[in-house]
Amino acid sequence: MNESRWSTGEPRVPWEGAEILYSESFQIVGDDFEHGGEAAAKIKAMLKQFGLDTAVIRRLSIANFEAEMNVIMYAREAEMQLQVLPTAVRVILSDRGQGIPDIAQALQEGYSTATPQMRQRGFGAGLGLPNIKRNTDEFEIVSTPGVGTTLRYTIHLQG
Amino acid sequence: MLMQELVDLLKCQVILGSEFMEGLEVTACFAADLMSDVLAFSRPGSLLITGLASIQSAHTADVADLAGILFVGGKTPAEPVIALVRSQRIPLLTTEMSMFEACGRLYASGLEPGGRP
Repeated sequence: MNESRWSTGEPRVPWEGAEILYSESFQIVGDDFEHGGEAAAKIKAMLKQFGLDTAVIRRLSIANFEAEMNVIMYAREAEMQLQVLPTAVRVILSDRGQGIPDIAQALQEGYSTATPQMRQRGFGAGLGLPNIKRNTDEFEIVSTPGVGTTLRYTIHLQG
Repeated sequence: MLMQELVDLLKCQVILGSEFMEGLEVTACFAADLMSDVLAFSRPGSLLITGLASIQSAHTADVADLAGILFVGGKTPAEPVIALVRSQRIPLLTTEMSMFEACGRLYASGLEPGGRP
């Protein structure tokens, strides 16, 4: 199947070769609703300890939580990698799963393929990817149907 | 409004947070069962009012910097939910009142919308 790619925001920091002050990865397991939100909570606690601006922490935490729930709802497993840079915080989330056949459609608010179980958790209303986009300065989606999806998103620390 | 006044007004049971409730003010509330709506539109410091007593409600209150959680309609959170909110050090309340009645009483008492689309 063909890879499709979508991105928004002006890239300020190169993805390869940038100076990384801190990096840590978290595993997320598909369908594990009982632990859905733990990766986002751990990253938030960590960023608070680093003394980052509370508004930046909130924006990244919201994006992380939505992204984590997307994995739990739609993928088999994923790795969420946090990177703290001198001028930005960013996350790379690579999952093994069904992929997104039509990224533009998935980005429309209200578009959803959720099940009743997902909606019982307060998610699955088609707001996940739009919420990530709303809270980040750079956002890129690369997806291959039947293989998986990689999200990369960045919040700038200055200006 | 003082959190204690809210507890009296809605006849709440205080599950967590009575030890730091003295003098604690609530100025705004955000009510939803859809956590994506809370994540998208709530303002930090608002009280979350929801009928959804899942672990995701507690995580939502954390990542969105909300001031506390009120479960309406007599929803009782399970122990893992209570344990998570305890670690967040925010109040956790329940009321038998419906979402409509709880919100109506709070709005009539002058509390503001804690965010909007």
